[in-house]
Amino acid sequence: MDVFQRKLYKELCLIRHTETSLLELFSQGKLNGTVHTCIGQEACAVGVINAINKEIDIVFSNHRGHGHYIAYSDDVKGLIAEIMGLSSGICRGIGGSQHIQFKNFYTNGIQGAGVPIVTGMALAEKFKMSGAIAVSFIGDGTFGEGAIYEAFNIASLWEAPVLFVAELNHYAQSTPSNEQHAGNLLTRADSFGISSTVADGMDVLAVFEAASRCVRTIRETQKPEMLFLETYRLGPHSKGDDHRNEDEIAKHRKREPIALFEKALGGNVSDIYQGAKEEVNAIVRELLNV
Amino acid sequence: MSDTYLDSLRNALFTSMDSNEKVVVIGEDIKDPYGGAFKVTKGLSSKFPDRVFNTPISESAIVGVSTGLAIRGFKPIAEIMFGDFMALAADQILNNASKFSLMYNKEVTVPLIIRTPMGGGRGYGPTHSQCIEKMFLGIPGLKVICPSIFHDPGKLLQKSIENEEYPTLFIEYKNLYNLSTDIPAELSVAYVGDKYPVAVVENSAEKPDLILVSYGGLSEHILQLMVDLVEDEINLRAIFPSEISTDLDQEVIRQYISDCQSVLIADNNTSGFGWVSETAVALHEASMYKTLDIHRLSAQSNIVPAAKELEEQVLVTGASLAKKVFEILI
Repeated sequence: MDVFQRKLYKELCLIRHTETSLLELFSQGKLNGTVHTCIGQEACAVGVINAINKEIDIVFSNHRGHGHYIAYSDDVKGLIAEIMGLSSGICRGIGGSQHIQFKNFYTNGIQGAGVPIVTGMALAEKFKMSGAIAVSFIGDGTFGEGAIYEAFNIASLWEAPVLFVAELNHYAQSTPSNEQHAGNLLTRADSFGISSTVADGMDVLAVFEAASRCVRTIRETQKPEMLFLETYRLGPHSKGDDHRNEDEIAKHRKREPIALFEKALGGNVSDIYQGAKEEVNAIVRELLNV
Repeated sequence: MSDTYLDSLRNALFTSMDSNEKVVVIGEDIKDPYGGAFKVTKGLSSKFPDRVFNTPISESAIVGVSTGLAIRGFKPIAEIMFGDFMALAADQILNNASKFSLMYNKEVTVPLIIRTPMGGGRGYGPTHSQCIEKMFLGIPGLKVICPSIFHDPGKLLQKSIENEEYPTLFIEYKNLYNLSTDIPAELSVAYVGDKYPVAVVENSAEKPDLILVSYGGLSEHILQLMVDLVEDEINLRAIFPSEISTDLDQEVIRQYISDCQSVLIADNNTSGFGWVSETAVALHEASMYKTLDIHRLSAQSNIVPAAKELEEQVLVTGASLAKKVFEILI
């Protein structure tokens, strides 16, 4: 197991433990507002973010953005503090779970609205010849928003160096994807002349490899790419609002990203898992004493 | 020949693009030879071919892409072809561009200018003639500028482009585009404030019989009425703010509204729930003038019909303005 693999594994664990802690804090009445956790989708965040150049590239995430943020910043403390509404939070508690910004990382809570914005950001970097690209995270639910199609069209027409990442978790809040979308989502970018890649979003190495290929292509061609990640949200949409079939969730739990990666790694990684858990717990304890 | 309101705006775009290479102009059909639906951008793409972008019919993306460019170091000027189409871009303005600087802890600037023309008088009908700027007032983080014919609109636009770090909605009025910005000899104008001045116009040195408070497109009709009434020795003072997203300046109220009993506040939005009512409250709250006799005039609470006679029944016109003024004075 190499250093890089250990790094990826640790990030998966940090995200998982952070999300679990946030749900716990909620059930204890310690948090105000809401959170959308990405338990089950950690590999999408870790695989994609590790494929970009964090020094210069831009990430525009969404309402379910904790994993993207931790993979980008490694700043668990700032995130939890933000969601706890503390002045030491990333945005001083103003943004909460869904509205954060740190360096070149941005999130907002409006479905699809970030896609034209990140297209503009990518164009800005191209005009400046900075070499940076931009990454936009959306979900399958976002394909119901018209704003994304306007953005796909302009991104392709004006050749914006942007990677659109669609995490297909098969639900928009409580409504299954097949009750929302006609036709095939996987071919939608094709009609704008944007080439698409599909990868297993549960397998962090598969995500990393697919994202790395897309990023390389974008840097070479200075044109947009689309990456679909097949994944599943194991937790509720926000908090305790889950009405899905238990058998269905159990089926996906068997292939959840941390267990899957452990199997691939072969070695003993429980120290990393426990270490990450301790790290998050210590942060939570510290912040609760503030 | 003197400059028109349109010339002034167009010249400002040329000057701004010339002096700052970060300025980019984005909108529908704005490139030459067409040069924009109202020709404000005419010639611009020929001189700056790399920085003027024709877009698809995607108002939401025009503002969204421009917001992204603004955050990452450019100064985009987005043109929304008709003010009515601002509704299509509303989410980008309300939930994105205007929020970023506030919710991201002011670490992010969004120097975005959105230009759009409002108003009727051309028979374009219900979806191409409205004045809907009131829907964009009261949004934290969004400044709304609307020059009257007494302002130098290009100068205000240039100031917005040069100075604003946060989103600015720049409202132009279609009926003013082809008018000269020269001020008739019968009228005197004083300007209060530096950045977005309030124009105070008088048709006499005597104490006014009535003060009109308005902005934007109605300045055409108010100008005409003030000139026409010089001979009748009816003294009018008109006050035109150019920044309409803030309350009327207290200094202006103190200095220019304290010496008259009657005030008419007018715009061409649908009546109620807007700039006129907000301005009336601001005057009322300036406690020492609570005895003011405040009158209001706006468009009817109705859609704007295409037929000329019907349109004139809904929108405020020179005739309906004059009628209202005489009702108050008699």
